[in-house]
Amino acid sequence: MFISMKDPKAMSSAATTPPSVDKVDGFSRKSVRKARQKRAQSSSQFRSQDKPIELVQLPLLKDVSAQEQPELFLKKVQQCCTLFDFMDTLSDLKMKEYKRSTLNELVDYVTVSRGYLTEQTYPEVVKMVSYNIFRTLPPSDSNEFDPEEDEPTLEASWPHLQLVYEFFIRFLESQEFQPSIAKKYIDQKFVLQLLELFDSEDPRERDCLKTVLHRIYGKFLGLRAFIRKQINNIFLCFVYETEHFNGVAELLEILGSIINGFALPLKAEHKQFLVKVLLPLHTVRSLSLFHAQLAYCIVQFLEKDPTLTEPVIRGLLKFWPKTCSQKEVMFLGELEEILDVIEPTQFVKIQEPLFKLIARCVSSPHFQVAERALYYWNNEYIMSLIEENSSVILPIMFASLYRISKEHWNPAISALIYNVLKAFMEMNSALFDELAASYKSDRQRERKKDKEREDLWRKLEELELRRGIQNSDGVIPTY
Amino acid sequence: MAGADSDDSLYPIAVLIDELRNEDVQLRLNSIKKLSTIALALGVERTRTELLPFLTDTIYDEDEVLLALAEQLGNFTMLVGGPEYVHCLLPPLESLATVEETVVRDKAVESLRKISHEHSPVDLEVHFEPLVKRLASGDWFTSRTSACGLFSVCYPRVSSTVKAEIRQHFRTLCSDDTPMVRRAAASKLGEFAKVLELEYVKSDIISLFTALASDEQDSVRLLAVEAGVSIATLLPQEDLEALVMPTLRQAAEDKSWRVRYMVADKFSDLQKAVGPEITKNDLVPAFQNLLKDCEAEVRAAAANKVKEFCENLPEDSRETIIMTHILPCVKELVSDTNQHVKSALASVIMGLSTILGKDNTIEHLLPLFLAQLKDECPEVRLNIISNLDCVNEVIGIRQLSQSLLPAIVELAEDAKWRVRLAIIEYMPLLAGQLGVEFFDEKLNSLCMAWLVDHVYAIREAATCNLMKLVEKFGAEWAQNTIVPKVLGMANDPNYLHRMTTLFCINALSEACGQEITTKHMLPVVLKMSNDQVANVRFNVAKSLQKIGPVLDSNCLQTEVKPVLEKLASDLDIDVKYFAQEAISVLALA
Repeated sequence: MFISMKDPKAMSSAATTPPSVDKVDGFSRKSVRKARQKRAQSSSQFRSQDKPIELVQLPLLKDVSAQEQPELFLKKVQQCCTLFDFMDTLSDLKMKEYKRSTLNELVDYVTVSRGYLTEQTYPEVVKMVSYNIFRTLPPSDSNEFDPEEDEPTLEASWPHLQLVYEFFIRFLESQEFQPSIAKKYIDQKFVLQLLELFDSEDPRERDCLKTVLHRIYGKFLGLRAFIRKQINNIFLCFVYETEHFNGVAELLEILGSIINGFALPLKAEHKQFLVKVLLPLHTVRSLSLFHAQLAYCIVQFLEKDPTLTEPVIRGLLKFWPKTCSQKEVMFLGELEEILDVIEPTQFVKIQEPLFKLIARCVSSPHFQVAERALYYWNNEYIMSLIEENSSVILPIMFASLYRISKEHWNPAISALIYNVLKAFMEMNSALFDELAASYKSDRQRERKKDKEREDLWRKLEELELRRGIQNSDGVIPTY
Repeated sequence: MAGADSDDSLYPIAVLIDELRNEDVQLRLNSIKKLSTIALALGVERTRTELLPFLTDTIYDEDEVLLALAEQLGNFTMLVGGPEYVHCLLPPLESLATVEETVVRDKAVESLRKISHEHSPVDLEVHFEPLVKRLASGDWFTSRTSACGLFSVCYPRVSSTVKAEIRQHFRTLCSDDTPMVRRAAASKLGEFAKVLELEYVKSDIISLFTALASDEQDSVRLLAVEAGVSIATLLPQEDLEALVMPTLRQAAEDKSWRVRYMVADKFSDLQKAVGPEITKNDLVPAFQNLLKDCEAEVRAAAANKVKEFCENLPEDSRETIIMTHILPCVKELVSDTNQHVKSALASVIMGLSTILGKDNTIEHLLPLFLAQLKDECPEVRLNIISNLDCVNEVIGIRQLSQSLLPAIVELAEDAKWRVRLAIIEYMPLLAGQLGVEFFDEKLNSLCMAWLVDHVYAIREAATCNLMKLVEKFGAEWAQNTIVPKVLGMANDPNYLHRMTTLFCINALSEACGQEITTKHMLPVVLKMSNDQVANVRFNVAKSLQKIGPVLDSNCLQTEVKPVLEKLASDLDIDVKYFAQEAISVLALA
């Protein structure tokens, strides 16, 4: 993450735990991971004010006549631009409560009222929303924040913030809302700031942002390309620069429905997005946090345009996890989702590299990986594809299956392999027998090839050595 | 090198290329790592005409393979026939510089920078500069990002028309519409400014700097801060105020804490770059603000710089500035709510005493040291203790010893073993400064208590600590205070403690010398060879091997040898093994 602090976790609770606990047994507490307290934090830009805040209490909207309401509404919106320090739980209690009830009143008002949305309302509403929600997000509390294990830091000013978001969503959804007027205020700069907020650690806020962005994308046609481009940039920065952004899952969720609405044939821009942005997202360490949404987006693309199957599967093969078995299981899950919708003509194009990989997975020493791959044989559609192409697939798979059926440490895997072999035998018994017969000689041939390779390299090195001696002037780099 | 070796034909390029195409990534990777061998086998001519075109055409491999390739090509100049032909390496590196994966791209740029120096000025203009231009106007952000790192290496050696083009390209990239490219440009701005003529620094760089420093993304703005420091070092003093200071002032008050953090982090460099006058007028108030920042991250970064900042203040006004402006902020930080801030401060605050001198230290700093020694966070206390030497020089450690002791004792018994470990490591230093008397009276018992700690790492560190103490206080002191206690543990009912005796003997024998070892330690070790626990017995064998060189040969033959021979026929396999090893090492067979 951004700032490296020295080992904060190691030092943090030393002073608060009674020494006696550790003295008894140095290992006792390791098993009980101390639940981190839920903490709240507030915006980074907030600098504490010295004087208490005073707002003039305005009458309720329902207590004034219909003509006076729009003006009073505006006044209330303006009042809500005032910000309070929620880290200080004791200050301005009365005014905080007043703002809260005012916001509540505004939410109700925009939901039921008609005719309040005059042209001058737009800038005021956008200004109030901007004042409240746009802020520099504070530094993440721990440097190794693990969203799966650690509790997120919650936004302290949520009691107000929530109502502001709700008000804004109702405003956007209101029947009288006119994008043609609003676009003067809800512009690119506004959207950019909105997107930055998706990095908020507070899941409640990200959820509200998701709805807001979705509405804006739906109503402002002029902003669509811009929004997509900025999401692109966020993802690229996430994949190649920081590996840190809290709102990836939410943004992907919005994209899922955006992709759904793409017109056919797909534009080059969208295909590029799939290949150069969505596929590389698979490489990120925290994939598990947004994998479901990502896989959904990928499958959406393939349902739109089946010819993309080959580049997608080749992309997955390129980014296939080398060491992380958990991720490998996720990849296998996604691959099955893709195979579920694959067209037979596309399947044929990709079957060779694909089944080389699957052969590697079924023989993985990690039984969850092997098991996940072997489950493909329970999928009727995949089975039918394999059957149609058994003459290609069986030779690729045979050696791995045959070897593993005897060697795998996990009996459940051996049993599954046995079933797969049996299925293959039933599919194409002639080929199966042939492969079984040549298994031994094939292995020998492989070993011979390995030996030849070694010989080749050895000879090359000798040659290099001889040249090195001849050319005593040049230093020859060897790696 | 066309010496037509008959065996050249044995390795047609097809075979080698076959290896580079192997299905197994690991094998491809191995081949790429041996690329120089392949090139050597082919000779320079075929490397240029066959191998390089092949590599250029087939760049679609796994990132790991590409990374190895990018690195190799940086060292390939001799293999393609020397500087005359170095430009042959450009096409494959150009493709690698456009790859998505950052590490590959960065390595390709690194290699390009490396071989750029091997180009003649003409080749630079004919081959290298056009490549930079192509990258700078690439479609996808990756190639433009890579281009940013290449401008500065070719600029100094090309003609003025080409220079003008390069400046234009850099300008374009600074206002690129993807933030990734702007970030890359911002991070190379300082480097580029250094190779530019001063007039262009003023006319071009300053406006780019100002624009990047007010970018809409804070990740771009913060990179501009670093560039600002480099630019400030290039400009004459009289231009600084007008050209860079407004922007830097604005950065120090940026609404994003990341930018303010960067300013705090680079504060010492900035101070050196702008000189004493601006420091006095601008940086002092800015530094005060950073020390009082609302984000702990920023305060901690600023706190880290307190000593360096004060040290580099102009001498004539140093003390006044520290006393009236800096010290009040420091005092507040001592009781900061965030432990990282306090601990950052604690790691440098002691350094202020040398700057402020004895009287000020006693009057103003001492109360702060004492407060930090009582801080609830162990890291703060440790940081104070680890820097005691600075204070020792100025006021002597005695001023602190009354508060020091409780702090040390508390850390010595801290529940976290890492904290205990850290304090043990400072013991020799403390012992040296507090003197043997104070040590014997107050700290010796702690050192002995660590020997029976329930964490092995602590017992091990405690043993090592004893050795350092003996080196400091001498063998006689060891014999009187430590050795009896250590040897006493040989009769402990806990076998771990009995082993600690052996470990201590291993560590101490050399420092204590032959006499003490032979007279006092050896008998105990030999007696322990009858221990009922096998671990103790094989550690006896190890100990004998260790202390053997300190003993005389007579003693080895008459006392050590029989015991080792007995252990060599022990029932336990490990005891046997180590006994035999000791016999052979000590040449007693």
